[in-house]
Amino acid sequence: MKSDIILAGVGGQGILSIAAVIGYAALNRNLNLKQAEVHGMSQRGGAVQSNLRISDEEISSDLIQSGMADLIISVEPMESLRYLPWLSKNGWLVTNSKPYNNIPDYPDIESVYSEIKKLPNHIIIDADGIASEMKSRKSSNIVVLGAAIPFLPFEWDDYEFGINKLFGRKGEEIVRTNLEALKAGMEFCKTINK
Amino acid sequence: MKNKLLLGDEALAQGVLDAGLSGCYAYPGTPSTEIMEYIQNSKLAIERNVHRSWSTNEKTAMEAALGMSYAGKRAMVSMKHVGLNVASDAFINSAITGVNGGLIVIVADDPSMHSSQNEQDSRFYGKFALVPIFEPSNQQEAYDMAYEAFDLSEKYQVPVMIRITTRLAHSRSGVQTKSVREMNKSRLPGDMRQFILLPAIARKRYKGLLSNQEHFTSESENSHYNHIIEGSNKDLGIIACGLANNYLHESLKRTSLDYPILKISQYPVPVNMIRKFASSCKKLLILEEGYPIVEESLTGLLNMEYKVSGRLDGSLPLDGELNSDHVSRALGIELPASREVPSLVANRPPTLCPGCGHTDVFLALNKALATYGKGRVFSDIGCYTLGALDPLNAIDTCVDMGASVTMAVGAADAGLIPAVAMIGDSTFTHSGMTGLLDAVVKNSPITLIISDNATTAMTGGQNSAGTGSLEKICLGLGVDREHLIMMTPLRKNHDKNIDIMKKELEYNGVSVIIAQRECVQTAARDKRIAAALKLKKVANT
Repeated sequence: MKSDIILAGVGGQGILSIAAVIGYAALNRNLNLKQAEVHGMSQRGGAVQSNLRISDEEISSDLIQSGMADLIISVEPMESLRYLPWLSKNGWLVTNSKPYNNIPDYPDIESVYSEIKKLPNHIIIDADGIASEMKSRKSSNIVVLGAAIPFLPFEWDDYEFGINKLFGRKGEEIVRTNLEALKAGMEFCKTINK
Repeated sequence: MKNKLLLGDEALAQGVLDAGLSGCYAYPGTPSTEIMEYIQNSKLAIERNVHRSWSTNEKTAMEAALGMSYAGKRAMVSMKHVGLNVASDAFINSAITGVNGGLIVIVADDPSMHSSQNEQDSRFYGKFALVPIFEPSNQQEAYDMAYEAFDLSEKYQVPVMIRITTRLAHSRSGVQTKSVREMNKSRLPGDMRQFILLPAIARKRYKGLLSNQEHFTSESENSHYNHIIEGSNKDLGIIACGLANNYLHESLKRTSLDYPILKISQYPVPVNMIRKFASSCKKLLILEEGYPIVEESLTGLLNMEYKVSGRLDGSLPLDGELNSDHVSRALGIELPASREVPSLVANRPPTLCPGCGHTDVFLALNKALATYGKGRVFSDIGCYTLGALDPLNAIDTCVDMGASVTMAVGAADAGLIPAVAMIGDSTFTHSGMTGLLDAVVKNSPITLIISDNATTAMTGGQNSAGTGSLEKICLGLGVDREHLIMMTPLRKNHDKNIDIMKKELEYNGVSVIIAQRECVQTAARDKRIAAALKLKKVANT
C-alpha cells in the first residue's frame, strides 16, 4: 500500500493543518510517512504545496516523482492545476471551488473549472460555502480534506485521532466543529460520487 | 526509545538535546529556523535551562557557542548557508583554536533558492576549515548524527559541521530517539594557551589540525554512515551523497537495475573506500545535493580516461536541488507519463500581507522620491524585499544582510544623492549598525529608513534584538537628533509621512527615519495567545 499526496493552496490557507491531520492518521495506522513542507518566503500569500507520502513499506524520497501522485488535495482551484505534472494517470484531484484572488492576472474562473473537468477523476467542492453554512468559515480546509476521504487509506477513527491531536488544545468546541466539517466534506463526496 | 514525528530540523535539535547540549545559539534563517524554535519549546531544554535565546547575528552566535565550548560545555550553533558567510571568521578560526566542550555547527543550505539569494554549498566551508562534516540522508540520520557528533568533536577537540538542505530540513518523518545523556560540567581547557591565536600558537594549532586530517578520514572510512551496497552490474558505480541517496533509491525502485552504490554521509571523503569502489566499476556517476564537490575532486584537472559523470558533465543539472526525475534521467530510466501545467495557471509570488506597515512606508517613499526619479533605493533582506515586486516596485537592491546602508553610502560617494537605504529592524541590528557608523563618521548624504515591525518577520516572528531601543542605538552611533525622525506608517498618515521623507531627502547628511508599526502577523498571533490564556483562566476559576 502506498499513497502519494500533493497538498496545494496559497500561503495562509491552512494546508499544513490538512497535512498534520493526515500525518497523525498515518501514525495511528502505524504507517510510514514523509511529509515535505514549504516554510519561509512563499508562506506570505504565495503558492504553497506539501508532498505527503504514506506507505507500509520504507519511503525513500521526501518528494513525489512526476506522474506518480495518487491524489491532489487543493484548497484553491487554480493552485490544484499547478501540480498536474505530478498527478498519475488515474489519480484524483479534489479541490475547493472558491478562488483566492490576490494577483492581478488571475484567470477566468470558468476556464479554471473546465481545465479541472478535463481530468477523468476530479471533485470540485464549495468548501467555503459549506463551512459558512456551518458558521465555521475557518474549517473550509478540513471540509476539502473530508471530500478526499474516499481516496485515502484511513478509517474514521484515524481522522478523529488526527483532529483531536491537532485541535485538542484549542478546546472541545473547535474539535467538534472540525469533525463536523470533515463529515460534511465526506457527505458531499458521497452525493456526487458514482 | 520513542518514535516521534519530526522535521529534519527538529530531529537535529532533539539529537543535540539528548546528547547533553548546554546551549544553542542562532539567528533565524530559512531553512534553519525550526532548530532553535524546537529547542525553545522543548520540555527537556526548559528543565535543563539550556541556553536558547536568539543571537543578534550568526557571528555573535558562533562566537558565543565557542565561548560555551571553552568553558567545557556542549554547544551548538545553527544558521542558514549565507549565515555562515557572516560567521565564517569565527568558524574558520574555531577549527584552529579547537574546542573544549563539544561544538556542533549546523548549517542548512537552500539549493533551488526557495528562500535565499544563492545556493552555496556549505560542505566547501567545512572542507575549507578542515573539519569533519556529517550530511544526513534522512530524519533518523539527522537525529543520530546530532547525537553522536559531540563525541567526535570532543575526541579530536574540533568543531563538527552538520550540513542539511531545505528538503530534509522541512520534511517530517518518524524518528527513534535514544536515552538522554548528562550535560558536561563546566571545566577550563586543559591547555590554557589553546584559544590564544597569536601566530606562534596558531601555527602549532594549525599543524595539529593538519595532522588530524588522516584521523578524520579514517573516521569516515569506518563510519556506519558511509557504506557500499553491492550490485551485480559493474558497468556503472553510483556514489550518492547525503539526501541524493533517497532520490537514487526512489528511481531504482521502479526498475531491475542493480548497480553497486557507495553512500557517503560523512566527510572528509573516505578515500580508500572510493578507490576500492571505483576500481570495481567501469565508470562512476556522482549524485550530490548541491555543488559537484565530490565529483570535482574525483575528476581532477587531468581528466583521466576513467569516466566520472554527474553535474559537471551535464548528466545532472548544474544548479538547483536534486530530485528523482533528475536522477532517473541520469540513469536512463524512463519517467512515468505526466501532464503539463495548463497555460492559464498564473504565477503567484509571495506578497506583503494586507495591512502591512512596510506597504505604507513604500507608498509614501515612492511619492517622496517621484521628483528624483528611479534607481536610488538600496534595500535589504526581509519581508520588505517583496517591495521589489508589482505593484510597489519600490526598491532597487537586495544583496546581503546590512548591505542597504553601506551600498547607499557607496552610491552617495559616487554622486547618487540622495541615496536611500531601506532596512528592517532585525536586519539593522544584525549587520546595519556598523554601516550606519560609517555613514555618520563621514556625514554621508543618505536617508536611512528603518521599517521597524518589532520582530524578525519573514522567518515567522522571532524576537528582534533592537525592539524598543532603535532610537537609542542610532543616537549612540552619532546620528543627529534633529535628523532622527519617528513615524507611524499608516494610511491616515500618508501625506504627513511623504512630507517627512521629502524633508529628510533634501538634507545633505545622515537622516534616519524609524517607521514603527507592529507586524500584522505577530499582532494577530499575540491576540490569539492572549485569548487562549483568558480562556484557560476562565476554565480554572
